[in-house]
Amino acid sequence: MANVENNEIRYLNPPTVEVRKKKYCRFKKAGIKYIDYKDAEFLKKFLNEQGKILPRRITGTSLKFQRKVAQAVKRARSLALLPYVTDLLK
Amino acid sequence: MIKQYETVFIATPVLSDSQMKEAVAKYTDLIKSNGGEIVYEEDWGLKQLAYPIQHKTSGFYYLIEFKADPQFVGTLETQYHRDERILRFLTVALDKNAVAYAEHRRQTRAAKAAAAKAEATRTEIVEPAASVEE
Repeated sequence: MANVENNEIRYLNPPTVEVRKKKYCRFKKAGIKYIDYKDAEFLKKFLNEQGKILPRRITGTSLKFQRKVAQAVKRARSLALLPYVTDLLK
Repeated sequence: MIKQYETVFIATPVLSDSQMKEAVAKYTDLIKSNGGEIVYEEDWGLKQLAYPIQHKTSGFYYLIEFKADPQFVGTLETQYHRDERILRFLTVALDKNAVAYAEHRRQTRAAKAAAAKAEATRTEIVEPAASVEE
């Protein structure tokens, strides 16, 4: 960056600084150790509207628990507690 | 070696109550006769399936938690495969966290059932109907 001698950069609007809330893993925070495949309502929090599993970058789940969520969702799908494909889940 | 398992099966909705009881009895007897021990049973009743299985849109769900030898799971699943009443089944081994969770779930459900019962009859809290075998 060029060394600006007189530090007078003026903005028309005050620069908006977004403070993003840090994501956290809800399982680590709440101390949940086992994710139940029988609780379809809970697993729906980790699915999008088509019933696909949401990525970690959106839910903030840690890798360890993302694997467990995926496992539980797949078990629930095989028992027809959750759909494999759908529209407008939720 | 004994491990703890949990099995859920879906039976066809065309069964009558007594037929369903018979199907359940078949599997509980199978577990017991092979040296297993039933820890917990739970009837979820008739539930809508999330997608059709064998052109059926609903089914009777039944959950059995049991302790058995790992070799027994194969025989159990063979029986499921041969049974035409069973639409789908899932057997999972429970690790220590899962066992703790199952225990907790059982207790909260028993407490909830007891509370509902007490609410309905307006009497003092009775012992939970589903007694927990240890």
